[in-house]
Amino acid sequence: MPDIDAVASDLASGLKKQKADYLEARFEESQTSHITYRGKGMESIGRSTASGGNVRALIKGGWGFTSFNELDNLPDRVALAIEQAQSAGSGKSLLAPVAPAVDNISSGITKNPVNIPLAEKKRLLDEYNEIIWSIPQIKTSTVGYSDSRKKVIFLNSEGSFITQERADVALRLTAIAAKDSEVQQVGLSLGSRGEFDAIKGLHDQIKEMSRNAVALLSAPQVKGGEYTVVLDPILAGVFVHEAFGHLSESDFVYENDKLREIMKLGKQFGVEQLNIVDSAAEPGLRGSYKYDDEGVRSVKTYLIRKGKLVGRLHSRETAAKMNEQPTGNARAINYRYPPIVRMTNTYIEPGSITFKEMIADIKEGIYAKNWYGGMTSMEMFTFSAGEAYMIRNGKVAEAVRPIMLTGNVFNTLKNIDAIGNDLDMNQGGGCGKGGQSPLPVSNGSPHIRIRHCLVGGK
Amino acid sequence: MEQILARAKKVAAEAEVYQVSSEETQVRFEANHLKQLQTSQSTSVALRIIKDGRIGYATTTGASDGQQLVKDAVETAAFGTEAKFQMPGSLKYPKVEIYDPAVAAVSIKEMVHLGEEMVAAITAHTPGIICEAGVTRGNITVRLLNSRGGNAEYKKSFFSLDIEGNLVNDTDMLFVGESDSSCHPLSDPKKVTDMVLKQLDMAKERAKSPTKVLPVIFTANGVAGALILPLLSAFNGKIVLEGASPVGSKVGKLVFDKNFSLRDEPLAAFRPGSRPCDDEGVASQRTPLITKGIVKGFLYDLQTAALAGKKSTGNGNRSRGGLPAPAASALVVTPGQTTFEEMVSNIKEGLVVEQLMGAEQGNILGGDFSGNVLLGYKIENGKIVGRVKDTMVSGNVYQILKDIGAIGSETRWVSGFLQTPPFYCKALSVSSKG
Repeated sequence: MPDIDAVASDLASGLKKQKADYLEARFEESQTSHITYRGKGMESIGRSTASGGNVRALIKGGWGFTSFNELDNLPDRVALAIEQAQSAGSGKSLLAPVAPAVDNISSGITKNPVNIPLAEKKRLLDEYNEIIWSIPQIKTSTVGYSDSRKKVIFLNSEGSFITQERADVALRLTAIAAKDSEVQQVGLSLGSRGEFDAIKGLHDQIKEMSRNAVALLSAPQVKGGEYTVVLDPILAGVFVHEAFGHLSESDFVYENDKLREIMKLGKQFGVEQLNIVDSAAEPGLRGSYKYDDEGVRSVKTYLIRKGKLVGRLHSRETAAKMNEQPTGNARAINYRYPPIVRMTNTYIEPGSITFKEMIADIKEGIYAKNWYGGMTSMEMFTFSAGEAYMIRNGKVAEAVRPIMLTGNVFNTLKNIDAIGNDLDMNQGGGCGKGGQSPLPVSNGSPHIRIRHCLVGGK
Repeated sequence: MEQILARAKKVAAEAEVYQVSSEETQVRFEANHLKQLQTSQSTSVALRIIKDGRIGYATTTGASDGQQLVKDAVETAAFGTEAKFQMPGSLKYPKVEIYDPAVAAVSIKEMVHLGEEMVAAITAHTPGIICEAGVTRGNITVRLLNSRGGNAEYKKSFFSLDIEGNLVNDTDMLFVGESDSSCHPLSDPKKVTDMVLKQLDMAKERAKSPTKVLPVIFTANGVAGALILPLLSAFNGKIVLEGASPVGSKVGKLVFDKNFSLRDEPLAAFRPGSRPCDDEGVASQRTPLITKGIVKGFLYDLQTAALAGKKSTGNGNRSRGGLPAPAASALVVTPGQTTFEEMVSNIKEGLVVEQLMGAEQGNILGGDFSGNVLLGYKIENGKIVGRVKDTMVSGNVYQILKDIGAIGSETRWVSGFLQTPPFYCKALSVSSKG
């Protein structure tokens, strides 16, 4: 492996002397291991190492970006980025001012997950896969485990020099049940900030998941239409991420006057009890960090407070262009990409109502649990539940096929009329945007109730 | 590479080194203006070994003598899957045209100009629209060496244009977009922008959709997004081997509409999905999946084929640096007889679906899908009258493809991997807030 510390140090003084409004470089080295199962057998086991870097230049509002994994000829790479920025720029460079930082952040873990012997990881996954297969009518399963340890060095022409290490563990399991030509599946995904122990002891949960997949084979499909829907913390977390979070990413907004009008700070978006937060500054979650990939300190950002829009997520450029404070949300999945505005740990703050109270007055509704996926196109969103149950006369009743919820985010946020007291963060999330996927994030929420929610079905 | 192979051969019975080097240049427009020029250079090396009958695997980036790589591969081989296949020796590969040196010669200035032309065409048509656009060129070199004398090498060029427009009116948002790709330089942005202008014209007025069962036309983009994805899993040899594919036991049987034919096509000239061999050095071939409604076969890599007692179809794909697994190279749907205009004029009340959001989230294997119509239009009395919103369509791909109303005569490449005409589906469940 090339020594990226030495490479970065050599470059540091040179960056300041270049003719650009702003210059930065990022170097990265990482090790990962993965184990995947398909069905009863292991499909793949592997280790990989990677290293590389990039240089980004800003001149007259135009960006040049060049990425590479050959770390020689760096002066040429810098010159190329500058030349590109020159060709792209014709206006004015705007970046929110940030104090330069020199810092060194360790991963904070006691045991590097990548270095744990593959035999130990495999033993645990074998146990999990056997549990899935112990349930009759399970036709097949998938198990995907991966871990990584990564060191990133960031430096810029303003004098920042930040070394950050992080580790990550992610696990996703799926049980697939089949009968005749019916196929149904239920999944479980979770992760941690590098602690392998976080994925131990899931035996009971995996058994329940597998049984649920089998139960879905005989579950009826819900009739499409509008329902009162109660979301569990996992699905509500996906909702807040997908439906609202992406709209708070100001790179969509800052050059679009009409969108700026819609996302005007101070506008009422929901009920008084609704508070939505994005915060990389919370310690120990998968979306947490001290500095983003532009060297900006992370902060806790209220997006919605007491139902009103009060904030949004920024890079240095979007903050400057909208004349707001930077929030430290510029992230890149790896050195091949420039940083763009992303979420970190996004959640709805807990209210005061219990789950029991929340469903008590629902005559016919749907209790949607667990997530399968979600997508958004600004105002419209769809997200799918992994499991769903009817609510009848204030009680959770029979299981139905997994449902897909969709709607207009503005109407739906207004239709949230109850927020539970049971906040739970899900660590299994991976977010995709601009070809950069899956970026480690976490989402969370208490149970929430949404009136008049459109549900797809027969 | 030769050095890595030699090192690996000392510790393992079989070894294979696979290297991909790529260079890419992109110009990006944001909010109708040139925003960023970007280049990337990358080299990655993957080593697969067979040691004591088991597969070991490791990857790395950049230049390396392979010492760590071989060590990592040996560690994983202790737990690896039992190797059932044999690496191919020296083979003769089909000649596929996928490299055009003219791509690398396109100047940044010309690329910027192409982007400006695309943005200008859209903004001139619809004032107030905000466009993101990209022009990308690059080339990729693939080399594979193995211990049985297998030796493959090819070079591929690629060029693509993409544009997306966003129009906001109060809280009403419209997204339109199109892209095109080739191994030749693309010099006519009009092909792309004309499609977007058509979308804008059809979406100009607003229309209401009822909640009921309606006939639905999927455009080529709609087919790619809603109907073909489940089939990618169902025709994957691995899923078939597991018994999870709904068509796995139906070879030779009529499962689909008799006018529906689908094949994997890695040999089409100058298509970015084409290649002379797959990522484990097996020669590319055209593989029929469905012929006139009859299930013909599935896609295999070496290991899956060996386990299933079949032959690899040359579909061993390595995505994201992983081990080879079966995947389509490029899919082609055989066109039918009906024009898009004829389909529309035939419908009293129905929908046209261009983009469906969330379509891939349902029970993919079973073919159930359900999605929000991100871009779609209402048909009334044989005419497109405007765009529908807050509307969901749901159904089952297998039921739809069993009895297709009509398959279009105008076929085109969409999403880079599929050549298809529009499909007319007789009855789909639609729910809408109007």
